[in-house]
Order: sequence, then C-alpha cells, then structure tokens
Amino acid sequence: MSREDIQSGLAEILEEVAGVAPADATPEKSFTEDLDVDSLSMVEIATAVEDKFGVAIPDDELGNIKTVGDAINYIEKNQ
Amino acid sequence: MSSTATDVVVTGLGATTPLGGDVASTWEALLAGRSGVSRITDDWVKEFPAQLVARLTDDPVGRLDRVKARRLDRSQQVAVVAAQEAWESSGAADAGAAPERVAVVFGTGIGGALTLLGQDDVLEEKGPKRVSPFTIPMLMPNGPAAAVGLAIGAKGGVHAPVSACASGAEAIRWGLDLLRFDRADVVLVGGAEACVHPLPMAGFAAMRAMSTRNDEPERASRPFDKARDGFVLGEGAGALVLERAGSARARGATIHARLAGAGATADGYDLVAPHPEGEGAGRAIGAALRDAGLSPSDVGHVNAHATSTPVGDTAEAAAIRSAIGEHVLVTATKSQTGHLLGAAGALESIFTVLALRDQVVPATANLDDPDDDAAVQALDIVRHGPRTASFSAAVNDSFGFGGHNIALVFTTT
Repeated sequence: MSREDIQSGLAEILEEVAGVAPADATPEKSFTEDLDVDSLSMVEIATAVEDKFGVAIPDDELGNIKTVGDAINYIEKNQ
Repeated sequence: MSSTATDVVVTGLGATTPLGGDVASTWEALLAGRSGVSRITDDWVKEFPAQLVARLTDDPVGRLDRVKARRLDRSQQVAVVAAQEAWESSGAADAGAAPERVAVVFGTGIGGALTLLGQDDVLEEKGPKRVSPFTIPMLMPNGPAAAVGLAIGAKGGVHAPVSACASGAEAIRWGLDLLRFDRADVVLVGGAEACVHPLPMAGFAAMRAMSTRNDEPERASRPFDKARDGFVLGEGAGALVLERAGSARARGATIHARLAGAGATADGYDLVAPHPEGEGAGRAIGAALRDAGLSPSDVGHVNAHATSTPVGDTAEAAAIRSAIGEHVLVTATKSQTGHLLGAAGALESIFTVLALRDQVVPATANLDDPDDDAAVQALDIVRHGPRTASFSAAVNDSFGFGGHNIALVFTTT
C-alpha cells in the first residue's frame, strides 16, 4: 500500500473515531497537540488501524506514535 | 399558593420519550391519548414471552455531536438530550449561573446495559484487546449524570442516585435538599434509561413482570385494569431545572411550579415485592405532605407509579387512599409511555408539573374495567380522556425494586 493510500485510510479512521476533518490529517500534525485526540481515542484509533491495515501496534509502540506521519511510517514499515 | 424566597421552584423542563422528542410533543401526545408501545420485530424476540417495548420517537444520536455521541451509552445520550432542553429552556446559563454553584443529580435504574452487553459480545468474539476504551465510562451507573454535568458545565457537584425505578424521583428529592441546604444555586435533576436488549427483557420476563399481550401492543399497559398482566419496558429521559424561588424571580425566570416537598421511605418487607397494603408507599406520601406543610385535603391530583403489574397497582391504590383519600384525581401515564424505569419518576414529575400548569389530568389509557380491589374501586382514576379540574397541589409517586418509595409534592406558585 502506498503512503498516500495509508494517509487517506488513516484520515478515514481519524474522522470516524475523533471527528478530525480529512484535510487536517496531514503528516506533521500531532494527535494530541493539533488534532485534540485524547489518550482513550488513541487506543480506539490503534485498534482501527490494526483492523484496517493488518498491523499490530503493541502498547509500547503506541506511545512513540506522536504525529500522523509517525503513524504512517509505522504502518508502512510493518505492513 | 404563595411561596417564599427559599422555596424551590421548577424553571426548566426537558424530555425525550416514546411519545415525543421533547416536552411539548410528549405532553401533546399524552393528552391526545396516543400510545408509545409497539411490538418488537427483531429476530431475537421470537422465543420471548413478552415482546413489547416503548421505543423513543427520536434517535438521540441525531441531536448530539456525532463524535461525542459514539462515546456515550444510549442511556447517557438520552440524558444529555433531555438535560439540554431543560437547561436551555430555563435560561439559567444566559442569566449567568456560576458553574461552581450549578449541580447535577441524575439517576438511572440499570445504567449502561447496552454497552456492558455489547462489549461482552466483543470480548467473547474478538478478545480483550478489541474491547472499547470507553467501556467503563459508558457503562458506569453515574454515566448519565456525568455526561449531563459535562454538557451543561456543572462544577458544583454531580450525583447519581440509584434506586431502580425510583431513581429519577430520588434525584429530584436530592436536588431539593441541595437547594434547601444552599449547596448550590441551580440544580439540574432527572433520570435516564435505555436498556432495550434481550438480557434485561429476559430478566424482567422471568420475574413474570412484563405484559405478554403481544397481539395488542397499544392496549398492553393498563394500570389498575382487571386484565393487566405486567409492564411494558420503555426508554427515554426526563430532566428538570430547580432553583430557589427568590433567585428565579429575580432573574425573571419562567416558574412552572413549586417543588414543595418530598418523602422517602423503605418498605423493609421484600427485595422485589411491594408491601401488599402499600405501607411504605403511604408513609412516603405522608412524609412528603408534612414536608410541604400540606394536608391530604389540599392534594387534587396524583400521578401514580402504577406500572400495570397485578400486585403493584393495588398496593399503591391502598397507599393513595390511606395517605391522601378518595377525592384526588389519579392517573397512570405509563399506560401510554410504558415504564421508563429510572427515568419514570423524572418524566412523571414533568407530567405532574404540566398538569398543575394546565389544570388538566391526563387519562389512564386502557382502563376499561377497573380492578375489583376495594381501593381501586374507591379512587377516582381519570379515564376516557383527560379531565380539567381546579387544583393547587399534586403528588408524584415512584417506587423501585428494593422497596424504595419516593413521593414528591408539587404546587402552583
């Protein structure tokens, strides 16, 4: 899957779970600082990512995912 | 009746019910004699003896922010919808109520059962990692109260009484006390319930508490009628805004009624069955009247708890007859709304307030043939359409499994 496909798939999840407008889900954005995604929603997003992309995200890895770009990189590397 | 500055008054009303998505449409449907009861058509119901339900007319999700709604159990969603209507109609926020002096008391009988049971399915089918991180805040019994507190920005304390089907009325009593003790300036009170699901349905049916008149949904809930055979499960919420009369008048609020008194007792008799003569219920009514400084002859109307179960209705009739007398106009609005469990006391308090305001008592639907019981026969139970009357005080009864009895007295101002 291309980075563009991963970004748009992630944007769909962010919109569904946290109400983030797809145009705002760009790589430099921080989940907590810029997109107002709280810690419980991050858990939901991680679960949705696992389902959508078939990528397992262990809890200690989830803590390292700060931005949309971090998430895209992680998915790209582990898919 | 005249009221003093420290009396507690009702300045806001909100509801979402099987009769309508707000207070006005619910009240209109009630007076028009419409029923909120229908037969469940889902596959799961086929083996169930009781297949009736009183569903909401309006989906609460459509009235809330989509992302917020998906993090709330349905019981929290209906609580917030009703609370927002009550809060906005009161005008308290516009009048500058300080958040630190605004409290919430919101009860539920069952709590977030849909979340608990739904997430249990997820656990069984997909394992613990797939259980939602919002499971606990959605299923906890203080969930509706907490969601309402957040929605209106209340910082003066958020409380959640739980006393089964008396929870909504108990919340109103707590609100009265908070204002009398000057713990808050404005209190939003109410009750919420949304547990239409196979498990609660099966549990109530196993108690033989639910009507099995499946072929006649609109005629199934028939309090005080000889042919009654149980209650119909309903869902929804009711909310009221309470404040002291002095500050309400000072800000020019619309005052719907005065909450003049409350009484709470326990049967001390059985975990489920009501005392057959309604001893505890009668004591609650007596206590509420003393609290209000009224005598039985002052009361013109009773909105009965009357759920349409064989034992409960006659016990309550005995309690009303002994504690108030035979002169009052009694109604049982669950005949049209179904039984909203922890929301019932709040919704029926709204009906009591509106009955006082409009000087009309809604009818008890389906009361074709009143029970032979002596107390039922002695009472003037309004049927065959609403009745206009002149009265300045009215009582709302609520009782819950566990032997909880709450009576509330409302008066005109």
